[in-house]
Amino acid sequence: MNQTTQSLEKQETEQLTVIQPTRGWAWIDLRELWRYRELVYFLVWRDVKVRYKQTLLGAAWAILKPFLSMVIFTVIFSGLANLDTDGAPPPVFYFSGLLPWVLFQDGVAKAGNSLVTGSSLITKVYFPRIAIPLASVLAGVVDFALAFVVLIGMMIYYGVRPTEAVWTLPLFLLLALVTALGVGLWLSALNVQYRDVGYVTPFLLQAWMFASPVVYSATLIPEGWARIAFGLNPMAGVVQGFRWAILGVGEPPSELIILSILMAVFLLISGMLYFKRMERTFADVV
Amino acid sequence: MNDAIRVEDLGKRYRIGGMPSGYRTLRDALASSLRRLSRRESPPSKDTIWALRHINFNVERGQVLGIVGRNGAGKSTLLKLLSRVTDPTEGKAEIYGRVGSLLEVGTGFHPELTGRENIYLNGAILGMKRAEIERKFDEIVDFAEVRKFIDTPVKRYSSGMYLRLAFGVAAHLEPEILVVDEVLAVGDAEFQRKCLGKMSDVAQEGRTVLFVSHNMSAILRLTEETIVLDKGEIVMRGPTPEAVDFYMTSEMARSGERRWEPGDDYQTDNPFHPLAIRVLDSQGRVADRVLSSEDFSVEFEYELQEELTGLRVGVYLATSRGEQVFTSFDTDNPETYERLTDRRKGHYISKCRIPRDLLNGGVFIIGVNASSFRIRSYFTDEHALTFTVDPTGAPGSQWAEPRRGPVRPALNWEITEVVA
Repeated sequence: MNQTTQSLEKQETEQLTVIQPTRGWAWIDLRELWRYRELVYFLVWRDVKVRYKQTLLGAAWAILKPFLSMVIFTVIFSGLANLDTDGAPPPVFYFSGLLPWVLFQDGVAKAGNSLVTGSSLITKVYFPRIAIPLASVLAGVVDFALAFVVLIGMMIYYGVRPTEAVWTLPLFLLLALVTALGVGLWLSALNVQYRDVGYVTPFLLQAWMFASPVVYSATLIPEGWARIAFGLNPMAGVVQGFRWAILGVGEPPSELIILSILMAVFLLISGMLYFKRMERTFADVV
Repeated sequence: MNDAIRVEDLGKRYRIGGMPSGYRTLRDALASSLRRLSRRESPPSKDTIWALRHINFNVERGQVLGIVGRNGAGKSTLLKLLSRVTDPTEGKAEIYGRVGSLLEVGTGFHPELTGRENIYLNGAILGMKRAEIERKFDEIVDFAEVRKFIDTPVKRYSSGMYLRLAFGVAAHLEPEILVVDEVLAVGDAEFQRKCLGKMSDVAQEGRTVLFVSHNMSAILRLTEETIVLDKGEIVMRGPTPEAVDFYMTSEMARSGERRWEPGDDYQTDNPFHPLAIRVLDSQGRVADRVLSSEDFSVEFEYELQEELTGLRVGVYLATSRGEQVFTSFDTDNPETYERLTDRRKGHYISKCRIPRDLLNGGVFIIGVNASSFRIRSYFTDEHALTFTVDPTGAPGSQWAEPRRGPVRPALNWEITEVVA
């Protein structure tokens, strides 16, 4: 009896799949992606697990990487170049800027390569391809969380109290992830066709870091057109806003943050469209 | 209306040439689009081939359909289209229910992860829900016989354990439609028996199975109906015994020799390039038919693009029903092994003589393999060439009856009359 109901249920859920050529632009099937959410979870989990299993220092790298950059920045930009840090202790200033930046940078770099390294999956099994770069971006959140604990420790050490605006932090985090996914989708799909992307990405990220207020304060940017150009970079809004929310230094996000958000959404949507358009040839060219 | 799969005029075109390594650089793309702009030419059509075209068939729910065809006939492309790995160029296929594919077992296995972790990861990749994996977990572990090592990274597994685990996950997926490609070419006899057993269980549960194999005895055992693919088209569909006969006899049209062009069935960056395989009769002529009562030879011609260490080149002999008869390598002899296991770059022929009074009459399949033991397999084609053995004059020819078994050796019999 029980079995009959089960098989009846099965009959009902049995869905029809139509396979035919797709042409032109199409939208990513988000409902399908939702059905595959466990796959995304397992891919994230795999990335994190493997990274920490294969390296000697394991999880320590998540902390060491931004920490060492912070030490270098403190010595060079604050010590030698004497750049202003908005009155915050330089180590805290740089570290708090590096956290969202590293989240973005690693997400873009890993997502950009993800389809090429995952080619054995793509050529053998069907699943929404977007799961792969998405998981690469999300895996960075684990590293971020570990480094965030260190940031809290540093704030306690330097006696910096978080501001009341700290609740806005997740929003800036989300903005960083959306931007990273948008750029990551573009790069990963391009990388399948053109391996040049692998060479371009490090330069792109380096230039992008200097275009974002990671090593300097956003207050250095003059008013006027320069400000608007600056706001076109979503990561500028993210890094600046992140510092403002947690340390209370620098200016609060202005209307420019709206420009940043619009830009991030534009990157994501265009990235999804391009990804979807190229998706059908991934298995043939990768 | 009770079809599980309906395929209408399905076709897949691939681009070849121009992209030797599968991808282009930006420079090539820019150059060719500039050229196209300036001369207004459409992309040249000679750079494309139809891997599959005008494919029409349907599979009823619960049917086990075999698909046979030579390498490059389009079998894998068909399975890739049906499992949605790649998009068709034209036509349409309708599929009712979840498709599970065993295109290659162990897809997504990560060597650093433990057996347990890989079961979850691989299950998720194949489309299982976590609850479903948890429910099947014990069954999978028992099938794979790896309980003791379940928390060991799979890089420490023997190849047999690895395969059993990989197949175990895939086989417990329970899709409505299961697509199987040549998994049985790997693993030992025990593993193959297990896989075949699992597959017939699946079929008996009323699920639909598409089964691609070069193993004719497996096809005969598991399927009732079979499609024969050739050059991207369906040339025959019928009851399996008829289809297998059709396929095997059409194979014979190849007249005792098979040549490979650069890039056929192998990557051009592979240091081992097969050139040809031939069957030579007792007079040294290329022949597709030899006498069981005379010696004949098999020769395999190839090129080494670089010096290879530990190389062995050999043949597998099997009957048309897929029973293995023997395996032999050119460096089996210890003295030859000393001399030729390291082979310089160059052009070679490995030739072996097959003695008279060994094989029974029938159609045989020669497979070839070039490998360095436990290091790398350079080239394998399980189905390189077929030839026919004529039993005329074989031992026992005075009785006009077929003899059982793939071999028909001339044995020394002693007949003694026992006097009580």
